[in-house]
Amino acid sequence: MRIFRLALNRLAVSIPCMGIILLGLFLMLQLAPGDAVDALMGQMGSNDVALAEQLRQQYGLGGGVTTRLAIYVWNTLHLDLGYSVAYNQPVLNVILQRLPVTMLLMISALSFAFAAGTAVGIIAARHVNKWPDTLISTLGLIFYAAPSFWFGLMGILVFAVWLNWLPSGGLEDLGAGYTGIGRVLDIAGHLILPTITLALIYFAIYLRVMRASMLEVMTLDFIRTARAKGLREGAVLTRHALRNALLPMVTILGLQAGAMLGGAVVVESVFSLPGLGRLAHEAVQQRDLNMLLGIVFMSALLVIAINFIVDILYARIDPRIDFNG
Amino acid sequence: MDKFLVDRRAVTLGGATLALAGALPRVAHAQETPRRGGVLTVQVASDLRTLNPAMRASYAIHVFTSKMIEPLVDLGYDNQPVPKLATAWDSSPDGKTITFKLREGVQWHDGKPFTSADVQFSAMEMWKKYQNYGTLLHRYLTAVDTPDANTAIFRYSELMPLGLLLRAACELCYVIPKHVFEGTDLLKNPANLAPVGTGPFKFVSYAPGQNLILERNPNYWVPGQPYLDRLIIRVIPDAAAATAALESRDVQISMFSSLPKTDLARLAKDSRFRVGTKGNEAYSILNTLGFNTRKKELSDVRVRRAIAHALDIDFYTQEFLLGYGKRAQGPIPTTSSFFIPGAGPVYPFDLKKAEALLDEAGFKRGADGTRFSVRLMPNTSDDIRMFATFIQQSLQKVGIKTDVQIYDSPGYIARVNRDHDFELATDTNLYRGDPGVGTTIWYQSGVPAGTPWSNQFGWKSEELDKITNQALVEIDPVKRKAMYGEFVKIANTEIPVLMAMEQVFVSAAAANVRNDHNAPRWPGTSWADVWLAS
Repeated sequence: MRIFRLALNRLAVSIPCMGIILLGLFLMLQLAPGDAVDALMGQMGSNDVALAEQLRQQYGLGGGVTTRLAIYVWNTLHLDLGYSVAYNQPVLNVILQRLPVTMLLMISALSFAFAAGTAVGIIAARHVNKWPDTLISTLGLIFYAAPSFWFGLMGILVFAVWLNWLPSGGLEDLGAGYTGIGRVLDIAGHLILPTITLALIYFAIYLRVMRASMLEVMTLDFIRTARAKGLREGAVLTRHALRNALLPMVTILGLQAGAMLGGAVVVESVFSLPGLGRLAHEAVQQRDLNMLLGIVFMSALLVIAINFIVDILYARIDPRIDFNG
Repeated sequence: MDKFLVDRRAVTLGGATLALAGALPRVAHAQETPRRGGVLTVQVASDLRTLNPAMRASYAIHVFTSKMIEPLVDLGYDNQPVPKLATAWDSSPDGKTITFKLREGVQWHDGKPFTSADVQFSAMEMWKKYQNYGTLLHRYLTAVDTPDANTAIFRYSELMPLGLLLRAACELCYVIPKHVFEGTDLLKNPANLAPVGTGPFKFVSYAPGQNLILERNPNYWVPGQPYLDRLIIRVIPDAAAATAALESRDVQISMFSSLPKTDLARLAKDSRFRVGTKGNEAYSILNTLGFNTRKKELSDVRVRRAIAHALDIDFYTQEFLLGYGKRAQGPIPTTSSFFIPGAGPVYPFDLKKAEALLDEAGFKRGADGTRFSVRLMPNTSDDIRMFATFIQQSLQKVGIKTDVQIYDSPGYIARVNRDHDFELATDTNLYRGDPGVGTTIWYQSGVPAGTPWSNQFGWKSEELDKITNQALVEIDPVKRKAMYGEFVKIANTEIPVLMAMEQVFVSAAAANVRNDHNAPRWPGTSWADVWLAS
């Protein structure tokens, strides 16, 4: 019941927010010179004005801004994301094709960054100011500072081109025609480099947050109490310190789910992955307004859902936090 | 297995392969017998996200669709038409009627027979109504008669040169099945994304913007062909990722210059690959520099000529294009059968002359050494932007200050082509085999304002208009060619747009692919004869 109320609350806040985002985006794209038919004619290298006008009418791009906005609002209220000029398909079809790839990439990258960041952060905190800490902190700084596309390209060069251990890009080996478990393994192999590339920068953030958080928690009274009870150091760490130190980690996990969608654009381009990020980038270039608004709509849903899950996690980790509070 | 130790034969393919007109260097294997089977994966940088060449024409779409859907005729090396769905053709004495004899015994992928009704439907409902360039080519088409299942008679209300139609047919006359499209919303028909054709490969799956998977058509009208079991076309827009895919053997062929020039130069020296322009001769691109002659400075032809003289094109093609390109001789590229050497003046690199012309035109250097300022807008693609930067630096030397303003493709079209809000603009002109298809429209007046890739330069010459209109309906090929020579003379003298360089697309292929790049527009052909050596 509490969870249900929280969900309703979130939704009540999200709906106006989403309205503002979609409206703003619609108007901003009107400022960009050229429309979807211009982009289409550009790609075809065509110079037939009559044809362009005909296409504009058929794709509903004629009429003034207000007319189109009214049509768009009406359609969105009916959860109809419209038809994509660039893809010749309903927007929803294309997005649903691409969504799983981005979800897979995001979830694997977030899990990897979170797990590795936590573990390495603890190690750094345990050996604070000794060589493992210095090494870890330096590496973390490098991962944080270097652009992810550079890591991606270097990864491809070393593991795909030189060593030939991993594929250079794409989601799966299209020629091999794997099925079942073989296909799962094939896709997993294709996702190793992109996942690590996308995760590195978040890994660096998590490890620094974990290290700081751990160091802080370890000085608190209840840790001294736990030790005084005669608990072994391992138990103190996992049962008492870790649980408390994880709270700030979970906070940034929720915040970064949104940012990660942005980072996915670069990684998807470098590894030629058919995800939402690349789709959004192409939609801007194609002036495919319906597509772009559809992606924003879906991304917003995704971020809202992730934050909702994070809120629930929060309460699980720290019972003091109350949904009603 | 370490795939990188394969076949390290010491074949010297050094810098020599870079010296233009490059054939994809290949080891001789003419005696080999074609091997059946295998999967070929190829890479391109973009796709049109639709698979109906009867409604959308572009070299990008033909790579995908020409394996499934066939044209009436294709293009051979001697510039002669190669019979595909049409086996013979003839023009009536008055030049207004063209008759095609169609191939017998051809089946659509769904088993239905191919007939003249399909040609009629494609021409009247798609080419004439929807297809870019087709709407212009067939604007005088009044009817396609079908006296029997294997004859299609095209009736035009004006003269239609047979040579023009045949040359355009390989790009614009793809035949789709009437029974799949008739009575449907043509723009939204599912077959636009899952084609039914007559070609050597059948549709399996298509993920727009990602990949197209095709399989062998066992009932193809050439017995024994195609040789490949499967064909996969992958879209990899990122140039560095495309090189990596080729080098790690994920793809075997990369087309349309979609790898970085430096990588092409490196792969050309690697015996595992063949790099070159062979098989792309029909895809000549001209790098253009357009002048907005509505502006005071640029309305003076002396200023336009001065700018042409200020550009060291030979240096640019050597240092920046690494030899994959050369100075253009005018709007008709040297690879064309319409090319006449010395048809019009050219403007060699000469800074002194440029300065003198600018002085003469009355644009003296000011106190800061600047004569005047212009904005330069490059269309997308790195090549064009790189050229824009080169122009900017070159013009600085003769006292013209240039501000490069970059927009994406639709932005460029709106700014330059529609609003004419520019001074200089760099772009490319894809030469479409016949100057009447996509070349003269850049120079003619009377095209509605705002038409993309037309005369956005605000320039007008009655003489040029007259000769290009005559050439469109001239049925004597020799006279036609001479008329286009006249056209080049006017275009080069007045230069409303400078045709600076000509390039031919570059392909890179793995060494074990056979029968690739064996036609002048090979990427857009059917690939029925392509096979893989072990």
